[in-house]
Amino acid sequence: MILVENLRKSFGEQQVLNGVNLEIGKGEILVIIGQSGGGKSVLLKHLLGLLEADDGRIVVDGVDVTSLRGRALDDVRRRYGVVFQGGALFDSMSVFDNVAFPLRERTHLRESEISARAKAKLEQVGLATMGHKNPAEISGGMRKRVAIARALITEPEIVFFDEPTTGLDPVLVSAIHRLILELHSRFHFTAVMVSHEIPEIFQIAQKVAMLHDGRIVESGPADLIQASENPVIRQFIRGDPEGPLQAH
Amino acid sequence: MNAAPSWILDLVALVGRLALNMAAALGRFGLFLAQAVVFMLTPPFKGRQLLSRIHFIGFNSLVIIVLTGAFTGMVLGLQVFITLSRFGSEAFLGPAVALSLIRELGPVLAALMVTGRAGSALTAEIGIMRITEQIDALTVMALNPYRYLVVPSIVAGLITFPLMTAIFDTVGIFGGYLVGVKLLGLSRGTYFGEMTTFVDLGDIATGVWKSLSFGVLVTWVCAYKGFYVGHGAEGVARATTQAVVLSSVLILVWDYFLGSVLQ
Ligand SMILES: Nc1ncnc2c1ncn2[C@@H]1O[C@H](COP(=O)(O)OP(=O)(O)OP(=O)(O)O)[C@@H](O)[C@H]1O
Ligand SMILES: [Mg+2]
Repeated sequence: MILVENLRKSFGEQQVLNGVNLEIGKGEILVIIGQSGGGKSVLLKHLLGLLEADDGRIVVDGVDVTSLRGRALDDVRRRYGVVFQGGALFDSMSVFDNVAFPLRERTHLRESEISARAKAKLEQVGLATMGHKNPAEISGGMRKRVAIARALITEPEIVFFDEPTTGLDPVLVSAIHRLILELHSRFHFTAVMVSHEIPEIFQIAQKVAMLHDGRIVESGPADLIQASENPVIRQFIRGDPEGPLQAH
Repeated sequence: MNAAPSWILDLVALVGRLALNMAAALGRFGLFLAQAVVFMLTPPFKGRQLLSRIHFIGFNSLVIIVLTGAFTGMVLGLQVFITLSRFGSEAFLGPAVALSLIRELGPVLAALMVTGRAGSALTAEIGIMRITEQIDALTVMALNPYRYLVVPSIVAGLITFPLMTAIFDTVGIFGGYLVGVKLLGLSRGTYFGEMTTFVDLGDIATGVWKSLSFGVLVTWVCAYKGFYVGHGAEGVARATTQAVVLSSVLILVWDYFLGSVLQ
């Protein structure tokens, strides 16, 4: 279980997170929604230990990870899989080597076993024939799928997705959502996902949280959020240009 | 007593802030090398990354090293010959060329050339890895980016710079030979014979120390500038320029310092 308590972060004058509180249950799929530039990626980076909070804490299975450093933090990170917003594929390696990389570097499996698993993962994301290509030579949607394959190859307990489907065509969006659900029912990982795919995410999320003005304005079961009376959430879900949310 | 005008306070605050920022940056710069050294001395070592760095810094710089080495030697051969012939001591062309190359020009010019070719590329590559979150990706895989990116670069610098310098010196001495012997008619025996009399191990050691330290200096500066790159493509461009300028200046400053210590 992941607990976020009163998390605060500013960059210079700009206050991005202003007391975020959030609870993510084991094996749950939580989707964080919110305006572009609202701090969703910043929140994820705190969960990953890439940014240091000004205040507040993050507790993963009873361990306060905000105070961890070095080895201790790496021990927690070994349980993570991460899909970055831009994919973050290593451009010095082929697609196949990207997917195999975590296994090669972190396990003592034989190369034949690693190769078999990487092939299987690439197949699951529909890219079995793309392994030899360089990340720069494949489309944006393919890169996202490679990033998903790389994040899941170590069978992590907790997976973070930063907009895994943004910029993809509608067929691919539902294909990736189905893939995530399928893998979730197989491996039972906890998922923390940032997504703009409304209304599709209400089908795959068990819990939805809306980040606005540096706080979680409301979080709860997907259907309750979808039916929320909160004007901010209503406007956001309907994509209404008029209301408390300002486009910027 | 009058309060100081506000612009004076502003000025003091500005100077103070600049000094603090500079101290912080210097500290970070030093810490960067210290951390790299710690990871350099403790396993696991990343052999594959090291090999690819050696290829990247060393092998890919070979052409430019050979070219600049040859022309440096030829220019030296010509100019030193002209100078020496005024004193009627052309016979010392060989040792004069060899000493200038081995003690001074070889290490410095080879380092400057490798900085321009590989140092800038190193900064750009690490900088792009930073802004495209590849370094973050390594970090969250619980893999230490120092081990994967910084240590192999610095060790590759230590290995390749002396080799590049040796090649530069050898080619340069041969360039001087071409001009002095083939073109200006000095005898071959004089050119090489006098060389072995006047060049001793101390001179070679000076050159080796210089190139070893340049190897660390250049890869340290260039990796650091890439690692702490600013935002976007502009940030990478700025970091690359700064890395080349800073490396080049530090090479010359450190060269003077070492030259006065290793007499
Ligand atoms: N490293 C940083 N330094 C300074 N400011 C930052 C940094 N990272 C993010 N910010 C700022 O924090 C704010 C939130 O950024 P963030 O990337 O979290 O937005 P987001 O909610 O993920 O948006 P999007 O949906 O477009 O991805 C932005 O205004 C951004 O400028
Ligand atoms: Mg984002």
